[in-house]
Amino acid sequence: MAGILEVRWHGRGGQGTVTAAKVLAEAVMAEGKNVQAFPEYGPERMGAPLRAYNRISETPMTIHCQVTNPAVVAVVDATLLDTVDVTEGATDDAIFVINTPGDPGELKKKMKLKSKQKVFCVDANAISLETIGRIMPNTPMLGAVVKATKVIKLDTLLADIRASFGKKFAEKIIQSNLDAASRAYGEVRS
Amino acid sequence: MKKVAMTGNVAVANAMRQINPDVCAAYPITPSTEIMQQFSTFVANGQVDTELVTVESEHSAMSACIGAAAAGGRVMNATSANGLALMWEMLYIAAGNRLPIVLSCVNRALSAPINIHCDHSDSMGARDSGWIQLYAENAQEAYDNTIQAVRIGEHPDLHLPVMSCMDGFIISHSIENLELLDDRQVGDFVGPYKGTAYPLLDLANPVTYGALHLQDYYIESRKQLHEAHKRAKNIVIEVGREYGKLSGRSYGLFETYKMDDAEIGIVALNSAAGTAKVVVDEFRAKGVKAGLLKPRLFRPFPYLEIADALKGLKALCVLDRADSFGAAGGPLFIEVRSALYDLPKRPVAINKIFGLGGRDLGLDDLRKVFEELVTLLDKGQAKSLYEYITVRE
Repeated sequence: MAGILEVRWHGRGGQGTVTAAKVLAEAVMAEGKNVQAFPEYGPERMGAPLRAYNRISETPMTIHCQVTNPAVVAVVDATLLDTVDVTEGATDDAIFVINTPGDPGELKKKMKLKSKQKVFCVDANAISLETIGRIMPNTPMLGAVVKATKVIKLDTLLADIRASFGKKFAEKIIQSNLDAASRAYGEVRS
Repeated sequence: MKKVAMTGNVAVANAMRQINPDVCAAYPITPSTEIMQQFSTFVANGQVDTELVTVESEHSAMSACIGAAAAGGRVMNATSANGLALMWEMLYIAAGNRLPIVLSCVNRALSAPINIHCDHSDSMGARDSGWIQLYAENAQEAYDNTIQAVRIGEHPDLHLPVMSCMDGFIISHSIENLELLDDRQVGDFVGPYKGTAYPLLDLANPVTYGALHLQDYYIESRKQLHEAHKRAKNIVIEVGREYGKLSGRSYGLFETYKMDDAEIGIVALNSAAGTAKVVVDEFRAKGVKAGLLKPRLFRPFPYLEIADALKGLKALCVLDRADSFGAAGGPLFIEVRSALYDLPKRPVAINKIFGLGGRDLGLDDLRKVFEELVTLLDKGQAKSLYEYITVRE
């Protein structure tokens, strides 16, 4: 869509993928842009593949159909690369942000991506284990997506993570999520 | 005023918080559950003074609303699909007793097969119940309509229940930008409750609700309901205009989009109208005079005004997200086509049933509809009056 950045998230139930799309939406709104965030609802089970979406635009949006041609694809669980076609419908210059310790060049070949499509890798599992203390890849993935797409400033994302987690969690958990997002922002490779 | 990003459900729950109704009844059903879930938090936090009655079914939920409204309270509720179907009997009783209950209907397909996603078969089935029906394109309109519904239903010339509809999941569960009014602004706009002239709890002036009317009075009572619906149109306009002064967002009976010089057009309710606007722009960019009309008030149906707004078109397609099985088209088409009948020169009108059970209506689907309308400009004769789209054959 002209003027609209469309993002598709691939994750598994329980990894916080829907929350990631929501947090991104709130952070984008905080920068004064227009935004949508919506998950694909089906039978919801822990571990089952799921998708969530964002639309981001400088001008108000009236479109309410599904996202079919994302320019950004965020893969929160790399095991999905073997079971789900994460490239489906992606634009010819789409950006893929993948949670993996792997190499972007090798992945680009393995995924048979088009020449202008680009891969960014971040080991969100390791980062979350070291910062949060368990595998919770959504906040580091947010940091990586923000770095790869430059859609908002890192500070805006961090402020929004604080605001949306602040209502529910203790300061220690909030701080560890902020560290996770910041580290991923710095460590994402292309 | 506050800019926020929230789901349609949370937006409606916030409208309810700001309205601060006397009584709400709650029985959960997807996708409307989140409204009452969120609202129950406001109740628990003491942010509202509402008596929240948890009941054992939607039939009981509407019954509790009827009792509370007859007693003299401002009453709200939310439901979807089979929940609305289970309220059926009580919907007619709410309207017949002229109780201005506000119900958020988060549109969802009726079973079977069981499905949790959006279509309009639930509210369309209730269109003859005597309720006023408002439809919303997005979360902002769902929020705005909820607030206006209170004023419309409680208007002393109406005393009618109002159903405020939005698309399940597509709007109810999607986060988008909207503006909330200040709590005080909403409080002032809805004002103190005066929706019932004869409350049951006015012990000095005892009254009876639900009395037996046989051949002697029943038809007069229904005629009064009919007359009230005739008065509703102007009140919807009046309230929409006043709300516009408050919020900067004025509302009427329907919205027209690029209709001034349009030759072809689409008529669609709710979120599909928003997606169709994108395709109207595309066709306009190609030099095609395309437009759109989005009804907001479906009951009463403003047939004179809609016919007037469509009279300049040469060809139009009505999109229905519900079927009226065995009829000459979907519920919206039947209304629109009937409205066109008295025009001296009528546009060619076709109907597409789309998106049942949440099937996506994509840009390509809408492009095909507009392309067909372009061919009708020359041919003037449609290949079929009424067909399904977005369907596998």
